[in-house]
Amino acid sequence: MDNEFLQTILLTMKLAGSTTVVLIVIGLPFAYWLAYTKIRLKPLIEALVSMPMVLPPSVIGYYMLVLYSPRNGFGGWLDRVFNVRLAFSFEGVLIASVIFSLPFMVQPLHNGLRALPKSLLEASYTLGKSKTITFFRVLLPNIKPSVITAVALTFSHSIGEFGVVLMVGGNMPGETRVASIAIYDEVQALNFQAANRYALILFLVSLALLTTIYSVNKKYDSWKMI
Amino acid sequence: MENDLIVIDIQKKMLTASGPMDLIVQTKILPGNLVAIFGESGAGKTTLLRILAGLTNPDKGIIRFGNSVWFDSAKRINMPPQQRNISLMFQDYALFPNMTIEKNIRFAQPESNQTEVNELLNLFGLLELRKRKPAGLSGGQKQRGALARALARKPKLLLLDEPLSALDAEMRNALQNQIAKIHRLLGITIFLVSHDLNEVFKLASHVISLENGVVRQTGTPEEVFSDNRISGKVQITGQVARIEKQDTINVVTVISGGTQIIKVIAFDSDLENLKVGDPVMVFSKAFNPIICKLQ
Repeated sequence: MDNEFLQTILLTMKLAGSTTVVLIVIGLPFAYWLAYTKIRLKPLIEALVSMPMVLPPSVIGYYMLVLYSPRNGFGGWLDRVFNVRLAFSFEGVLIASVIFSLPFMVQPLHNGLRALPKSLLEASYTLGKSKTITFFRVLLPNIKPSVITAVALTFSHSIGEFGVVLMVGGNMPGETRVASIAIYDEVQALNFQAANRYALILFLVSLALLTTIYSVNKKYDSWKMI
Repeated sequence: MENDLIVIDIQKKMLTASGPMDLIVQTKILPGNLVAIFGESGAGKTTLLRILAGLTNPDKGIIRFGNSVWFDSAKRINMPPQQRNISLMFQDYALFPNMTIEKNIRFAQPESNQTEVNELLNLFGLLELRKRKPAGLSGGQKQRGALARALARKPKLLLLDEPLSALDAEMRNALQNQIAKIHRLLGITIFLVSHDLNEVFKLASHVISLENGVVRQTGTPEEVFSDNRISGKVQITGQVARIEKQDTINVVTVISGGTQIIKVIAFDSDLENLKVGDPVMVFSKAFNPIICKLQ
Protein backbone atom coordinates (compact mmCIF):
# COMPACT_ATOMS: atom_id res chain seq x y z
CA MET A 1 0.00 0.00 0.00
CA ASP A 2 2.72 2.43 1.03
CA ASN A 3 4.89 1.40 -1.89
CA GLU A 4 2.04 1.97 -4.23
CA PHE A 5 1.42 5.38 -2.72
CA LEU A 6 5.07 6.36 -3.15
CA GLN A 7 5.14 4.98 -6.68
CA THR A 8 2.12 7.06 -7.65
CA ILE A 9 3.48 10.25 -6.13
CA LEU A 10 6.88 9.71 -7.79
CA LEU A 11 5.22 9.02 -11.13
CA THR A 12 3.16 12.20 -10.76
CA MET A 13 6.31 14.23 -10.09
CA LYS A 14 8.15 12.48 -12.92
CA LEU A 15 5.37 13.32 -15.36
CA ALA A 16 5.13 16.95 -14.20
CA GLY A 17 8.93 17.34 -14.16
CA SER A 18 9.41 15.79 -17.61
CA THR A 19 6.55 17.86 -19.02
CA THR A 20 8.14 21.04 -17.64
CA VAL A 21 11.62 20.22 -18.96
CA VAL A 22 10.32 19.32 -22.41
CA LEU A 23 8.19 22.49 -22.45
CA ILE A 24 11.10 24.75 -21.46
CA VAL A 25 13.14 23.37 -24.34
CA ILE A 26 10.25 23.78 -26.79
CA GLY A 27 8.58 26.80 -25.21
CA LEU A 28 11.50 29.23 -25.02
CA PRO A 29 12.38 29.26 -28.73
CA PHE A 30 8.70 29.05 -29.64
CA ALA A 31 7.72 32.02 -27.43
CA TYR A 32 10.68 33.98 -28.83
CA TRP A 33 9.60 33.24 -32.37
CA LEU A 34 5.98 34.10 -31.57
CA ALA A 35 6.92 37.39 -29.88
CA TYR A 36 8.85 38.75 -32.85
CA THR A 37 7.32 37.06 -35.88
CA LYS A 38 5.37 39.10 -38.38
CA ILE A 39 3.65 36.26 -40.22
CA ARG A 40 -0.02 36.69 -40.97
CA LEU A 41 -1.07 33.41 -39.41
CA LYS A 42 0.05 34.57 -35.97
CA PRO A 43 -3.49 34.94 -34.53
CA LEU A 44 -4.33 31.39 -35.65
CA ILE A 45 -1.13 30.04 -34.10
CA GLU A 46 -1.81 31.91 -30.86
CA ALA A 47 -5.35 30.51 -30.82
CA LEU A 48 -4.11 26.96 -31.39
CA VAL A 49 -1.62 27.29 -28.53
CA SER A 50 -4.41 28.50 -26.23
CA MET A 51 -6.91 25.81 -27.24
CA PRO A 52 -5.98 23.46 -24.37
CA MET A 53 -7.08 26.18 -21.94
CA VAL A 54 -10.66 26.22 -23.23
CA LEU A 55 -11.21 22.70 -24.55
CA PRO A 56 -12.32 19.95 -22.18
CA PRO A 57 -9.31 17.71 -21.50
CA SER A 58 -11.32 14.80 -22.84
CA VAL A 59 -11.32 16.40 -26.28
CA ILE A 60 -7.50 16.63 -26.31
CA GLY A 61 -7.34 13.13 -24.90
CA TYR A 62 -9.66 11.81 -27.58
CA TYR A 63 -7.63 13.38 -30.40
CA MET A 64 -4.42 12.04 -28.90
CA LEU A 65 -5.89 8.53 -28.81
CA VAL A 66 -6.94 8.84 -32.43
CA LEU A 67 -3.43 10.07 -33.31
CA TYR A 68 -1.73 7.24 -31.41
CA SER A 69 -3.91 4.50 -32.88
CA PRO A 70 -1.91 2.09 -35.05
CA ARG A 71 -4.81 2.16 -37.49
CA ASN A 72 -4.04 5.79 -38.37
CA GLY A 73 -1.10 7.40 -40.15
CA PHE A 74 1.15 8.59 -37.32
CA GLY A 75 0.38 5.76 -34.91
CA GLY A 76 0.74 3.19 -37.67
CA TRP A 77 4.10 4.62 -38.71
CA LEU A 78 5.35 4.51 -35.10
CA ASP A 79 4.15 0.93 -34.80
CA ARG A 80 5.78 -0.21 -38.05
CA VAL A 81 9.08 1.65 -37.80
CA PHE A 82 9.76 1.72 -34.07
CA ASN A 83 7.35 -0.91 -32.81
CA VAL A 84 6.03 1.71 -30.38
CA ARG A 85 2.46 2.15 -29.29
CA LEU A 86 1.89 5.36 -27.38
CA ALA A 87 -1.61 4.78 -26.05
CA PHE A 88 -1.66 3.73 -22.38
CA SER A 89 2.09 4.32 -21.96
CA PHE A 90 4.04 6.90 -19.95
CA GLU A 91 5.51 8.40 -23.13
CA GLY A 92 2.04 8.73 -24.60
CA VAL A 93 0.79 10.52 -21.49
CA LEU A 94 3.90 12.74 -21.53
CA ILE A 95 3.28 13.89 -25.11
CA ALA A 96 -0.38 14.58 -24.35
CA SER A 97 0.61 16.43 -21.18
CA VAL A 98 3.12 18.58 -23.09
CA ILE A 99 0.45 19.61 -25.55
CA PHE A 100 -2.09 20.17 -22.80
CA SER A 101 0.27 22.40 -20.76
CA LEU A 102 1.74 24.26 -23.74
CA PRO A 103 -0.19 27.52 -23.14
CA PHE A 104 0.91 27.64 -19.50
CA MET A 105 4.55 27.73 -20.62
CA VAL A 106 4.26 29.77 -23.80
CA GLN A 107 1.89 32.52 -22.69
CA PRO A 108 3.88 33.91 -19.72
CA LEU A 109 7.11 33.78 -21.75
CA HIS A 110 5.44 35.40 -24.75
CA ASN A 111 3.93 38.17 -22.58
CA GLY A 112 7.25 38.72 -20.82
CA LEU A 113 9.11 39.13 -24.10
CA ARG A 114 6.42 41.39 -25.55
CA ALA A 115 6.60 43.64 -22.48
CA LEU A 116 10.33 44.23 -22.91
CA PRO A 117 11.16 47.45 -24.75
CA LYS A 118 12.17 46.52 -28.29
CA SER A 119 15.13 48.86 -27.94
CA LEU A 120 16.88 46.34 -25.64
CA LEU A 121 17.00 43.81 -28.43
CA GLU A 122 17.93 46.43 -30.98
CA ALA A 123 20.64 47.89 -28.78
CA SER A 124 22.22 44.47 -28.45
CA TYR A 125 22.10 43.97 -32.23
CA THR A 126 23.71 47.34 -32.90
CA LEU A 127 26.41 46.46 -30.38
CA GLY A 128 27.27 43.58 -32.69
CA LYS A 129 25.73 40.76 -30.68
CA SER A 130 24.10 37.79 -32.41
CA LYS A 131 20.48 36.80 -31.90
CA THR A 132 21.51 33.87 -29.69
CA ILE A 133 23.72 35.96 -27.41
CA THR A 134 21.00 38.63 -27.27
CA PHE A 135 18.41 36.03 -26.28
CA PHE A 136 20.44 34.39 -23.51
CA ARG A 137 22.22 37.44 -22.09
CA VAL A 138 19.74 40.26 -22.60
CA LEU A 139 16.19 38.97 -23.15
CA LEU A 140 16.06 35.91 -20.92
CA PRO A 141 17.59 37.50 -17.77
CA ASN A 142 15.12 40.38 -18.10
CA ILE A 143 12.03 38.16 -18.16
CA LYS A 144 13.08 36.14 -15.12
CA PRO A 145 9.70 36.61 -13.36
CA SER A 146 7.93 35.33 -16.49
CA VAL A 147 10.23 32.30 -16.67
CA ILE A 148 9.57 31.43 -13.02
CA THR A 149 5.83 31.91 -13.50
CA ALA A 150 5.84 29.77 -16.64
CA VAL A 151 7.78 26.94 -14.99
CA ALA A 152 5.71 26.92 -11.80
CA LEU A 153 2.40 27.14 -13.68
CA THR A 154 3.38 24.37 -16.08
CA PHE A 155 4.52 22.12 -13.28
CA SER A 156 1.47 22.66 -11.10
CA HIS A 157 -0.88 22.38 -14.04
CA SER A 158 0.73 19.07 -15.04
CA ILE A 159 0.30 17.77 -11.50
CA GLY A 160 -3.35 18.69 -11.58
CA GLU A 161 -4.05 16.95 -14.86
CA PHE A 162 -6.84 14.40 -14.82
CA GLY A 163 -8.90 14.13 -17.96
CA VAL A 164 -6.12 13.82 -20.52
CA VAL A 165 -4.20 11.24 -18.50
CA LEU A 166 -7.36 9.21 -17.94
CA MET A 167 -8.21 9.22 -21.65
CA VAL A 168 -4.72 8.56 -22.97
CA GLY A 169 -3.11 6.61 -20.16
CA GLY A 170 -5.82 4.96 -18.18
CA ASN A 171 -4.93 3.82 -14.70
CA MET A 172 -1.87 1.57 -14.88
CA PRO A 173 0.19 1.57 -11.66
CA GLY A 174 3.80 2.65 -12.26
CA GLU A 175 3.08 3.59 -15.87
CA THR A 176 0.18 6.01 -16.10
CA ARG A 177 -1.48 6.06 -12.67
CA VAL A 178 -0.84 9.57 -11.36
CA ALA A 179 -2.09 11.06 -8.10
CA SER A 180 -5.17 12.79 -9.51
CA ILE A 181 -6.37 9.51 -11.01
CA ALA A 182 -5.47 7.57 -7.89
CA ILE A 183 -7.74 9.88 -5.86
CA TYR A 184 -10.65 9.16 -8.19
CA ASP A 185 -9.89 5.45 -8.03
CA GLU A 186 -9.63 5.36 -4.23
CA VAL A 187 -12.88 7.28 -3.80
CA GLN A 188 -14.60 4.86 -6.15
CA ALA A 189 -13.33 2.04 -3.95
CA LEU A 190 -14.55 3.94 -0.87
CA ASN A 191 -10.95 4.06 0.35
CA PHE A 192 -11.17 7.59 1.75
CA GLN A 193 -8.00 7.49 3.82
CA ALA A 194 -5.81 6.88 0.78
CA ALA A 195 -7.70 9.50 -1.23
CA ASN A 196 -7.08 11.93 1.61
CA ARG A 197 -3.33 11.46 1.49
CA TYR A 198 -3.12 12.00 -2.27
CA ALA A 199 -5.35 15.03 -2.07
CA LEU A 200 -3.34 16.60 0.74
CA ILE A 201 -0.03 16.14 -1.09
CA LEU A 202 -1.41 17.65 -4.31
CA PHE A 203 -2.94 20.51 -2.36
CA LEU A 204 0.31 21.33 -0.53
CA VAL A 205 2.58 21.06 -3.58
CA SER A 206 0.29 23.27 -5.67
CA LEU A 207 -0.05 25.79 -2.84
CA ALA A 208 3.74 25.98 -2.44
CA LEU A 209 4.23 26.50 -6.18
CA LEU A 210 1.61 29.20 -6.50
CA THR A 211 2.93 30.97 -3.40
CA THR A 212 6.34 30.98 -5.10
CA ILE A 213 4.86 32.62 -8.18
CA TYR A 214 3.09 35.31 -6.21
CA SER A 215 6.09 36.11 -4.01
CA VAL A 216 8.32 36.36 -7.08
CA ASN A 217 5.83 38.67 -8.76
CA LYS A 218 5.66 40.79 -5.64
CA LYS A 219 9.43 41.05 -5.48
CA TYR A 220 9.60 42.22 -9.07
CA ASP A 221 6.67 44.60 -8.76
CA SER A 222 8.94 47.36 -7.57
CA TRP A 223 11.42 46.44 -10.24
CA LYS A 224 11.60 49.11 -12.89
CA MET A 225 12.54 48.25 -16.42
CA ILE A 226 14.62 51.27 -17.28
CA MET B 1 39.52 60.05 -46.84
CA GLU B 2 37.49 59.88 -50.03
CA ASN B 3 37.29 56.11 -49.64
CA ASP B 4 35.40 56.46 -46.40
CA LEU B 5 32.70 58.66 -47.91
CA ILE B 6 29.25 57.82 -46.60
CA VAL B 7 26.73 57.67 -49.42
CA ILE B 8 23.03 57.67 -48.59
CA ASP B 9 20.44 57.42 -51.33
CA ILE B 10 17.26 55.87 -49.97
CA GLN B 11 13.48 55.94 -50.15
CA LYS B 12 11.06 54.68 -47.57
CA LYS B 13 7.30 54.87 -47.28
CA MET B 14 6.37 55.87 -43.75
CA LEU B 15 3.07 55.95 -41.90
CA THR B 16 2.88 59.02 -39.71
CA ALA B 17 0.16 60.54 -37.56
CA SER B 18 -0.71 62.88 -40.43
CA GLY B 19 -0.88 60.13 -43.04
CA PRO B 20 1.57 58.36 -45.34
CA MET B 21 4.82 60.11 -46.16
CA ASP B 22 7.82 59.33 -48.32
CA LEU B 23 11.22 59.61 -46.73
CA ILE B 24 13.63 60.49 -49.51
CA VAL B 25 17.24 61.17 -48.60
CA GLN B 26 20.13 61.61 -50.99
CA THR B 27 23.36 62.88 -49.55
CA LYS B 28 27.07 62.25 -49.21
CA ILE B 29 28.92 62.80 -45.98
CA LEU B 30 32.66 63.16 -45.48
CA PRO B 31 33.96 60.93 -42.72
CA GLY B 32 34.79 62.53 -39.40
CA ASN B 33 31.88 64.94 -39.51
CA LEU B 34 29.44 65.44 -36.69
CA VAL B 35 26.23 65.42 -38.65
CA ALA B 36 23.02 66.76 -37.16
CA ILE B 37 19.77 65.37 -38.57
CA PHE B 38 17.53 68.32 -37.88
CA GLY B 39 13.79 68.71 -38.27
CA GLU B 40 10.46 68.84 -36.53
CA SER B 41 9.03 65.74 -34.93
CA GLY B 42 7.60 63.43 -37.55
CA ALA B 43 10.00 64.66 -40.21
CA GLY B 44 11.68 61.26 -40.44
CA LYS B 45 14.83 61.93 -38.39
CA THR B 46 14.71 58.83 -36.24
CA THR B 47 13.68 56.65 -39.18
CA LEU B 48 16.74 57.84 -41.12
CA LEU B 49 18.94 56.98 -38.14
CA ARG B 50 17.35 53.54 -37.83
CA ILE B 51 17.85 52.94 -41.54
CA LEU B 52 21.55 53.74 -41.14
CA ALA B 53 21.71 51.33 -38.19
CA GLY B 54 20.03 48.56 -40.18
CA LEU B 55 17.04 48.35 -37.82
CA THR B 56 14.60 49.64 -40.43
CA ASN B 57 14.83 48.68 -44.08
CA PRO B 58 14.41 51.28 -46.81
CA ASP B 59 12.11 50.36 -49.69
CA LYS B 60 14.87 50.99 -52.18
CA GLY B 61 18.22 52.67 -52.56
CA ILE B 62 21.84 52.42 -51.56
CA ILE B 63 23.81 53.00 -48.38
CA ARG B 64 27.57 52.79 -48.63
CA PHE B 65 30.11 53.37 -45.91
CA GLY B 66 33.43 53.75 -47.69
CA ASN B 67 33.97 50.57 -49.65
CA SER B 68 31.46 48.48 -47.77
CA VAL B 69 27.92 48.34 -49.09
CA TRP B 70 25.42 48.34 -46.24
CA PHE B 71 22.30 48.35 -48.33
CA ASP B 72 21.64 47.99 -52.03
CA SER B 73 18.10 47.13 -53.04
CA ALA B 74 19.09 46.44 -56.66
CA LYS B 75 21.69 43.86 -55.59
CA ARG B 76 19.57 42.63 -52.69
CA ILE B 77 22.24 43.48 -50.16
CA ASN B 78 21.15 44.29 -46.61
CA MET B 79 23.92 44.03 -44.06
CA PRO B 80 22.51 43.23 -40.59
CA PRO B 81 23.14 45.78 -37.81
CA GLN B 82 25.64 43.40 -36.17
CA GLN B 83 28.06 43.74 -39.09
CA ARG B 84 27.82 47.47 -39.68
CA ASN B 85 30.22 48.45 -36.91
CA ILE B 86 27.99 51.15 -35.52
CA SER B 87 26.62 52.13 -32.14
CA LEU B 88 23.18 53.56 -31.69
CA MET B 89 22.28 55.42 -28.56
CA PHE B 90 18.55 55.13 -28.09
CA GLN B 91 16.21 57.82 -26.82
CA ASP B 92 15.26 55.58 -23.90
CA TYR B 93 18.97 54.66 -23.49
CA ALA B 94 18.15 50.91 -23.66
CA LEU B 95 20.63 50.04 -20.93
CA PHE B 96 20.22 46.38 -20.04
CA PRO B 97 18.36 46.31 -16.68
CA ASN B 98 19.88 42.97 -15.66
CA MET B 99 23.46 44.25 -15.84
CA THR B 100 25.37 46.79 -13.78
CA ILE B 101 26.57 49.87 -15.60
CA GLU B 102 30.04 48.32 -15.78
CA LYS B 103 28.70 45.10 -17.27
CA ASN B 104 26.66 47.06 -19.77
CA ILE B 105 29.88 48.65 -20.98
CA ARG B 106 31.78 45.37 -20.97
CA PHE B 107 29.00 43.66 -22.92
CA ALA B 108 29.48 46.14 -25.76
CA GLN B 109 33.21 45.52 -26.14
CA PRO B 110 34.22 43.49 -29.18
CA GLU B 111 37.01 42.04 -27.03
CA SER B 112 37.02 42.17 -23.26
CA ASN B 113 39.40 44.83 -21.96
CA GLN B 114 39.04 45.97 -18.36
CA THR B 115 41.45 48.91 -18.76
CA GLU B 116 39.21 50.43 -21.40
CA VAL B 117 36.12 49.82 -19.27
CA ASN B 118 37.80 51.75 -16.46
CA GLU B 119 38.78 54.56 -18.81
CA LEU B 120 35.22 54.91 -20.04
CA LEU B 121 33.79 54.80 -16.51
CA ASN B 122 36.26 57.47 -15.53
CA LEU B 123 35.64 59.66 -18.59
CA PHE B 124 31.91 59.72 -17.90
CA GLY B 125 32.18 60.09 -14.13
CA LEU B 126 30.68 56.67 -13.49
CA LEU B 127 33.49 55.05 -11.48
CA GLU B 128 31.57 55.27 -8.21
CA LEU B 129 28.39 53.96 -9.82
CA ARG B 130 29.97 51.05 -11.67
CA LYS B 131 28.20 48.39 -9.57
CA ARG B 132 24.77 49.97 -9.89
CA LYS B 133 22.08 48.72 -12.19
CA PRO B 134 20.29 51.15 -14.50
CA ALA B 135 17.23 51.25 -12.22
CA GLY B 136 19.40 52.89 -9.56
CA LEU B 137 20.66 55.70 -11.77
CA SER B 138 19.34 59.18 -12.51
CA GLY B 139 18.45 60.24 -16.06
CA GLY B 140 21.77 61.97 -16.59
CA GLN B 141 23.75 59.03 -15.24
CA LYS B 142 21.91 56.56 -17.48
CA GLN B 143 22.58 58.88 -20.35
CA ARG B 144 26.30 58.93 -19.68
CA GLY B 145 26.24 55.17 -19.23
CA ALA B 146 24.53 54.70 -22.57
CA LEU B 147 27.09 56.93 -24.27
CA ALA B 148 29.96 55.07 -22.61
CA ARG B 149 28.47 51.75 -23.73
CA ALA B 150 28.02 53.02 -27.28
CA LEU B 151 31.72 54.00 -27.39
CA ALA B 152 32.88 50.70 -25.88
CA ARG B 153 31.87 49.00 -29.10
CA LYS B 154 34.50 51.16 -30.91
CA PRO B 155 32.14 52.05 -33.72
CA LYS B 156 33.14 53.64 -37.01
CA LEU B 157 29.83 55.44 -36.93
CA LEU B 158 28.11 56.65 -33.78
CA LEU B 159 24.37 57.28 -34.03
CA LEU B 160 22.70 59.37 -31.33
CA ASP B 161 18.90 59.59 -31.24
CA GLU B 162 17.97 62.83 -29.47
CA PRO B 163 20.47 61.96 -26.78
CA LEU B 164 19.85 65.01 -24.64
CA SER B 165 16.12 65.59 -24.98
CA ALA B 166 15.16 64.34 -21.52
CA LEU B 167 17.71 66.32 -19.55
CA ASP B 168 17.62 69.65 -17.78
CA ALA B 169 19.54 72.58 -19.19
CA GLU B 170 22.64 72.21 -17.04
CA MET B 171 23.05 68.50 -17.64
CA ARG B 172 22.37 68.98 -21.31
CA ASN B 173 25.14 71.54 -21.55
CA ALA B 174 27.64 69.27 -19.79
CA LEU B 175 26.83 66.35 -22.06
CA GLN B 176 26.97 68.45 -25.19
CA ASN B 177 30.52 69.33 -24.18
CA GLN B 178 31.25 65.67 -23.64
CA ILE B 179 29.96 64.70 -27.08
CA ALA B 180 32.04 67.48 -28.65
CA LYS B 181 35.07 66.22 -26.74
CA ILE B 182 34.55 62.63 -27.86
CA HIS B 183 34.21 63.76 -31.41
CA ARG B 184 37.47 65.69 -31.24
CA LEU B 185 39.26 62.89 -29.41
CA LEU B 186 38.19 59.93 -31.51
CA GLY B 187 37.53 61.59 -34.84
CA ILE B 188 34.70 59.17 -35.62
CA THR B 189 31.69 60.12 -37.68
CA ILE B 190 28.69 60.94 -35.55
CA PHE B 191 25.06 61.34 -36.61
CA LEU B 192 22.96 63.19 -34.08
CA VAL B 193 19.19 63.53 -34.28
CA SER B 194 18.08 66.84 -32.84
CA HIS B 195 15.30 69.35 -33.01
CA ASP B 196 17.22 71.81 -30.86
CA LEU B 197 18.77 74.51 -32.98
CA ASN B 198 21.07 75.53 -30.16
CA GLU B 199 22.47 72.03 -29.94
CA VAL B 200 22.94 71.79 -33.68
CA PHE B 201 24.91 75.04 -33.78
CA LYS B 202 27.01 74.05 -30.81
CA LEU B 203 27.95 70.55 -31.96
CA ALA B 204 27.41 69.93 -35.63
CA SER B 205 29.83 70.45 -38.48
CA HIS B 206 27.26 69.36 -41.02
CA VAL B 207 23.47 69.48 -41.03
CA ILE B 208 20.84 67.45 -42.86
CA SER B 209 17.65 69.41 -42.50
CA LEU B 210 14.54 67.26 -43.01
CA GLU B 211 11.06 68.53 -43.66
CA ASN B 212 8.17 66.07 -44.11
CA GLY B 213 10.55 63.31 -45.07
CA VAL B 214 12.46 65.29 -47.66
CA VAL B 215 15.91 66.82 -47.33
CA ARG B 216 15.31 70.54 -47.37
CA GLN B 217 18.94 71.50 -47.18
CA THR B 218 22.38 70.16 -46.29
CA GLY B 219 25.58 71.96 -45.40
CA THR B 220 27.22 73.66 -42.47
CA PRO B 221 24.83 74.97 -39.80
CA GLU B 222 25.46 78.53 -41.04
CA GLU B 223 24.59 77.61 -44.61
CA VAL B 224 21.47 75.70 -43.68
CA PHE B 225 20.00 78.16 -41.24
CA SER B 226 20.66 81.42 -43.06
CA ASP B 227 17.24 80.87 -44.62
CA ASN B 228 14.64 83.14 -42.99
CA ARG B 229 11.95 80.56 -43.20
CA ILE B 230 13.62 78.35 -40.70
CA SER B 231 14.99 81.01 -38.38
CA GLY B 232 11.43 82.28 -38.15
CA LYS B 233 10.65 78.94 -36.58
CA VAL B 234 12.92 79.60 -33.63
CA GLN B 235 10.20 81.32 -31.77
CA ILE B 236 8.46 81.39 -28.48
CA THR B 237 4.83 82.20 -28.04
CA GLY B 238 3.38 83.56 -24.85
CA GLN B 239 1.34 86.28 -23.24
CA VAL B 240 2.33 89.80 -22.25
CA ALA B 241 2.49 89.94 -18.48
CA ARG B 242 3.79 93.47 -18.00
CA ILE B 243 4.95 96.50 -19.94
CA GLU B 244 7.36 98.85 -18.16
CA LYS B 245 8.62 102.09 -19.55
CA GLN B 246 12.28 102.82 -18.82
CA ASP B 247 13.61 106.07 -20.29
CA THR B 248 13.35 105.76 -24.06
CA ILE B 249 12.76 102.04 -24.21
CA ASN B 250 10.17 99.65 -22.85
CA VAL B 251 10.68 96.32 -21.12
CA VAL B 252 8.00 93.79 -22.00
CA THR B 253 7.68 90.74 -19.77
CA VAL B 254 6.30 87.72 -21.58
CA ILE B 255 5.22 84.50 -19.90
CA SER B 256 5.52 81.39 -22.03
CA GLY B 257 4.29 77.91 -21.21
CA GLY B 258 3.32 79.04 -17.72
CA THR B 259 6.88 78.86 -16.40
CA GLN B 260 9.21 80.64 -18.76
CA ILE B 261 9.57 84.40 -18.20
CA ILE B 262 11.19 86.39 -20.97
CA LYS B 263 12.05 90.07 -20.84
CA VAL B 264 12.17 91.78 -24.21
CA ILE B 265 13.19 95.32 -25.01
CA ALA B 266 10.75 97.12 -27.27
CA PHE B 267 10.56 100.58 -28.74
CA ASP B 268 7.44 102.72 -28.55
CA SER B 269 6.65 101.84 -32.16
CA ASP B 270 6.65 98.16 -31.30
CA LEU B 271 4.12 98.73 -28.58
CA GLU B 272 1.30 100.06 -30.72
CA ASN B 273 -1.71 97.81 -30.20
CA LEU B 274 0.16 95.84 -27.53
CA LYS B 275 -1.32 95.55 -24.07
CA VAL B 276 -1.06 93.23 -21.09
CA GLY B 277 -2.69 89.87 -21.80
CA ASP B 278 -2.11 89.96 -25.56
CA PRO B 279 -0.79 86.75 -27.13
CA VAL B 280 2.61 87.46 -28.63
CA MET B 281 5.47 85.76 -30.38
CA VAL B 282 9.07 86.37 -29.41
CA PHE B 283 11.41 85.36 -32.17
CA SER B 284 15.05 85.77 -32.80
CA LYS B 285 16.51 87.25 -35.96
CA ALA B 286 20.30 87.28 -35.92
CA PHE B 287 20.70 88.20 -32.27
CA ASN B 288 18.00 90.67 -31.28
CA PRO B 289 14.80 89.19 -30.02
CA ILE B 290 11.92 90.97 -31.70
CA ILE B 291 8.41 91.00 -30.40
CA CYS B 292 5.23 91.02 -32.44
CA LYS B 293 1.53 90.64 -31.77
CA LEU B 294 -0.20 87.37 -32.63
CA GLN B 295 -3.58 87.50 -34.37
